Amino acid sequence: MHFQSWAEFWAMGGYGLFVWLSFGSSYVMLAVLAWYSHYQHKQFKRQLSAKLDREKRIKQYQEQAQ
Amino acid sequence: MFKWLHPYAKPETVYHLCGRLMPWLMGAALLLLLLGNIWGLAFTPPDYQQGDSYRIIHLHVPSAIMSMGTYSAMAIAAFIALVWQVKVAQWSVLAIAPIGAVYTAIALITGMAWGKPMWGTWWVWDARLTSELILLFLYLGVIALSGAFSDRQTGAKVASLLAVVGVINLPIIHFSVEWWNTLHQGASITKFAKPSIDPSMLWPLLINILAFKILMLALLCVRLRTAILVNEQHRPWVKALAGD
Repeated sequence: MHFQSWAEFWAMGGYGLFVWLSFGSSYVMLAVLAWYSHYQHKQFKRQLSAKLDREKRIKQYQEQAQ
Repeated sequence: MFKWLHPYAKPETVYHLCGRLMPWLMGAALLLLLLGNIWGLAFTPPDYQQGDSYRIIHLHVPSAIMSMGTYSAMAIAAFIALVWQVKVAQWSVLAIAPIGAVYTAIALITGMAWGKPMWGTWWVWDARLTSELILLFLYLGVIALSGAFSDRQTGAKVASLLAVVGVINLPIIHFSVEWWNTLHQGASITKFAKPSIDPSMLWPLLINILAFKILMLALLCVRLRTAILVNEQHRPWVKALAGD
């Protein structure tokens, strides 16, 4: 371990703002991208199965009506 | 070889392959990123000139290298889509573009946060910085073009064309620090010479580069699966998948 204490680690030799700005913004961007990609996948699957369910119900109803 | 490769152009095969690979890729990427970042942040000595500010390198260099690597992958997929009309390649172009855009944005933002303490300015219109900014615009252009047509197929084709033409920017970015007198420093690691960076700093950096590469593949798997479902939603196999 290069740093003696946590305080020293967070200070980054006086460059804390810039180092943590870089790491913070990068992790946020990567996390948003990963979350949104997963969300899109889940969301589309939900929409598709809802659509298929609806089609099935319509078909059933039409058969009953005949 | 083509006989062996051909089944992998089938959307259903790719969908299941990506689904199987994704958790492993994502897990490996996160582990490597954690290892490389903690190592780079806390267990390496500070730079003799730049002090602790150089630790930004552990995100800046991997994201910058992979912003170009991702663009090459996108351009190759676009070329395959245009020439051989492989549908999966076409969808990969649109699936990979946002990943590249985020990597490029990370490279630019970490570069700015590194430039402020070292150069005294957040931004200069230096050759390296400007060409990397153009790379971001190329990614955004591909994303925007693909959605700009009412016909999805036309949009995808035009976006692929832009992706292929934009390849010209890659050598410009790469050689910008040699061709022009730039504020940006030259390369610390090259394939042809001994790296000018100490091994104690090089190892975590290489791990981070690998982490960004694997993370790109993992995210591509997720995004490509969605794209396959969207484009194949009327096929029986997708209906069977969504039905149960």
